[in-house]
Amino acid sequence: MAQLPWLSLLVFFPLAAAILVAIMPANAHKPIRWWATIAALAEFVFSLPLWWRVIPGQAGFQFEEKLDWIPVLGAQYHLGVDGVSGLLALLTTFTTLIAIIGAWTSVEKRSREFFALVLALEAGMLGTFFCLDLLLFYVFWEAMLIPMYLLIGVWGGQRRVYAAVKFFLYTMAGSVLMLVAILSLWFLQKQYSGIPTFDLQAFYQLPLAPSRQLWMFLAFAFAFAIKVPMFPLHTWLPDAHVEAPTAGSVILAAVLLKMGTYGFLRFAMPLFPNALEVCAPYIAWLAIIGIVYGALVAMVQPDMKKLVAYSSVSHMGFVVLGLMAMNSQGFAGSMMTMLNHGVSTGALFLLVGVIYERRHTRKIADFGGLWTVIPVYSVIFLVVMLSSVGLPGTNGFIGEFLVLLGAFKHSVWWAVVAATGVILSACYMLWMFQRVVFGPVTHEENRKLTDLSFRERLVFAPLLVLIFWMGVAPQPFLDRMQPALDRVLQMTNDRAQMMAQADATATAPLASRLPAAPAAVSVPAEQGGAR
Amino acid sequence: MNIVPQPTFLALDWWALGPVIALTVGAILLLLLEFLPQRANGNRGGIVSLLTFLFSGYAVWRVAGEKRELFGGMFVHDPMTVFFTMLFCSVGLLATLMSWDYVKRTKINQAEYYALLLSSVLGMIVMAASNDLITVFLGLELMSLALYVMVGFRRSRLESNEAALKYFLLGAFASGFLLYGIALLYGATGTTNLAMIGAFLADTPLSTNPMLLMGSLLVFVGFGFKVAAAPFHMWTPDVYEGAPTSVTGFMSAGAKAAGFAALLRVALRALGPVMADWTQMLAVIAFLTMTVGNVTALLQGNLKRMLAYSSIAHAGYILVAVAAGGPEGASAAVFYLATYSFMNIGAFAVLTMLGKGREERVLMSDLQGLGFREPLLGLALTAFMLSLAGIPPMAGFMGKLYIFGEAVKHPQLLWVVIAGVLNSVVSVYYYLRVTVALYMKEPEGEPVGISWGAPAVVAIVLTLAATLYFGLQAQGLWIQAQNSVMGLL
Repeated sequence: MAQLPWLSLLVFFPLAAAILVAIMPANAHKPIRWWATIAALAEFVFSLPLWWRVIPGQAGFQFEEKLDWIPVLGAQYHLGVDGVSGLLALLTTFTTLIAIIGAWTSVEKRSREFFALVLALEAGMLGTFFCLDLLLFYVFWEAMLIPMYLLIGVWGGQRRVYAAVKFFLYTMAGSVLMLVAILSLWFLQKQYSGIPTFDLQAFYQLPLAPSRQLWMFLAFAFAFAIKVPMFPLHTWLPDAHVEAPTAGSVILAAVLLKMGTYGFLRFAMPLFPNALEVCAPYIAWLAIIGIVYGALVAMVQPDMKKLVAYSSVSHMGFVVLGLMAMNSQGFAGSMMTMLNHGVSTGALFLLVGVIYERRHTRKIADFGGLWTVIPVYSVIFLVVMLSSVGLPGTNGFIGEFLVLLGAFKHSVWWAVVAATGVILSACYMLWMFQRVVFGPVTHEENRKLTDLSFRERLVFAPLLVLIFWMGVAPQPFLDRMQPALDRVLQMTNDRAQMMAQADATATAPLASRLPAAPAAVSVPAEQGGAR
Repeated sequence: MNIVPQPTFLALDWWALGPVIALTVGAILLLLLEFLPQRANGNRGGIVSLLTFLFSGYAVWRVAGEKRELFGGMFVHDPMTVFFTMLFCSVGLLATLMSWDYVKRTKINQAEYYALLLSSVLGMIVMAASNDLITVFLGLELMSLALYVMVGFRRSRLESNEAALKYFLLGAFASGFLLYGIALLYGATGTTNLAMIGAFLADTPLSTNPMLLMGSLLVFVGFGFKVAAAPFHMWTPDVYEGAPTSVTGFMSAGAKAAGFAALLRVALRALGPVMADWTQMLAVIAFLTMTVGNVTALLQGNLKRMLAYSSIAHAGYILVAVAAGGPEGASAAVFYLATYSFMNIGAFAVLTMLGKGREERVLMSDLQGLGFREPLLGLALTAFMLSLAGIPPMAGFMGKLYIFGEAVKHPQLLWVVIAGVLNSVVSVYYYLRVTVALYMKEPEGEPVGISWGAPAVVAIVLTLAATLYFGLQAQGLWIQAQNSVMGLL
């Protein structure tokens, strides 16, 4: 399929659908949600070939599309996909579909704007995963904030404005520093090769003196750490999750948080490997603190949604820890945990949303004994909860096991401390489940709860299938991600070695010693190089 | 370089002077037409002003590729003049469109309003096109005097009077500073011609000469006042708040762009040889300006006041580009000015439509619930706010990208770049407050009435299109901005 710009269509189809939904009559709730669902379904079906068309073993990016965007700067419209971004894109289209169907009845007010924004958000997320040009990446990364901000702020709970603004400001604060680093990188590249470009693959070739890498790495890492979120920067997450509407929470947990770790994997780590070596222990310990801290705080939450939010902090800590282990198992574990967390936590938020819609409360204390009242719901809750705990046979186990394996290979202590997080997760999840589902029915209102409707079962069915599939037979997933992950690992190590050697031979910054190419710098229409 | 006066006027010169002539004729025509009675709601002023701007833009565009020096090198026609003339004509055009119904409903629909608008644009053009400190001063005064009157045009309103008086008094002082600076520069170098000052300084190193230093400092103070750079920004909030909304929109874009155009010309042409010594001082002023603007804007409840502080902050960003220096920095500033003009006028055009009759509903609380009641208006205002905040895919982001991309090339400016991006995070808070009011709050009290008018809608659509287009595809404007500075005569 060399001719059809498949990735562009994937990115812009939801945007077009969003615009179409946005111009429908405001009160036509039923057609609006039908059309939104159809659009999300079409997008999902259209994205399915990512599963088999992306050839895992093939080096580099596939289905590349490259067009000049701002030739003066060497910024290009450059998309491509590999094993990692392919799986994350599939997760995105899947989650969006699930979230839209899940939000059918919960959003009655201004449903037109709601569904349009969810679809626009999908376009932004896919763009972020597919783009291979740093400026384009930044544009998608920031533009994506707008729909999410509005989703939280307009359709959220009591303190929605506070949560939405906090979400926006936190993310923005991190990413503007990344912008400065991107600009410096662009300038160094221009000095080095004489050709201005924002092309990621060109940056992969750019030698950078280790002393220069540090601040740039920190700027990137700061942006991504806020998004993940890592321990001291996580405070926006509980607020955003608690206040966001269910669909917003699902997308936020399942996809948006992954952008942070994806950013580490795709940008921060391979670009600045020497700085990574210096910082990795600190980051890993922050991740471990996040694992334990998130779990401990989750344990004492009276609000189910907040509990799930803090469990996200804990789980995302595993993802970062796996990346910092810098070995094949750790990477695979991280990537698996990203997918697992998307499925399990997305499902948990949907489950919380289901009873919130019926009872308008999320307090654990307001429930109890649901097993006898709504058995189907309880069974699904059980499965999802166990998968989030990481019971063998469910998806959660594979990811966390691989992460711990990788961490163990790097440092025994990492694995030892991180493993307590697994135990703690069992504590908070099982305890919450016990209080909500088991025991006698303590509140009379709960006796009248209705079990899952057909639509809701339809939402949870694919999630359960995925939970077991990824838990029992994770190999197809691993096969798809492993070669791409290994390439990142290889490249990171190679670049680290190359630049450390270059630094050893000369103390002067490398980029300044290399003669600038003779090409005139001010020639505007210079093609950004494809190397 | 040919500084000998051309013996004859070529046809080309007439076209190059087209805007100046047309604007003068237009202004006089408007005043003369006042002798013929017209209805209170007549469109005569608007139509004449619109046609004048269209013709002016066309005239200068016709000879866009040429370079000429006129009047003994006091007035130049070069790519920068062309760029800024086109910009000022667009600003004037948009200002006319958004004034159209606003002046009618606020009962200030008089020919003088448009005549002053035309003279003020004329002053801006002269500022951007001047190659001599005397002409710069001439243009600046022409622009300022017209603006003083326009600010006080709602003479039944106390705030408007106060604003005009304040602006006039402080502006008169600033003009004095500028004139004194010009005099000192003349004393130090023996000429007021920018090119000759530049040539003189290149030959004779005078960087420690107190007269030169004092002179250039005072000239900078004069421009700093016009562009609202800290610590010369004090007039801005009161004037912006008191002036009729359409005038605020016009001056926030036009006067700032004109001030920077003249500043850039002086910096590049005359003081180029000594600019390197100025980098850190400009960086400090840039830092102060954007921080003062952004921090003070955080808690403003009046949108015009908020946008006043935001305009101070934007002056700070542009000063970062000026500090980066050289043609690259200047072209970043030029680019930013163009994008800033469109998005800011757009925002003010939305504000002119708020309220019925003579009422002015520009409080943050007036916006509550407006986003869903008037989706298109809300969407436009949101887009302008996001653009001002520098969030892609809006033009404001490309402007910031350009400025910070140029500044980051200088290691000694890295601190101000980081301060700048963090400042833009601060600014996001108050721009988001607008969207919060639009979409996330329920209306309190009597909801604000909207005075729809086709010309204002056209202005909004045009500015919105520009804001989005330059955000998604900045290449064209980028090249134009570069050319305008590279081709400096």
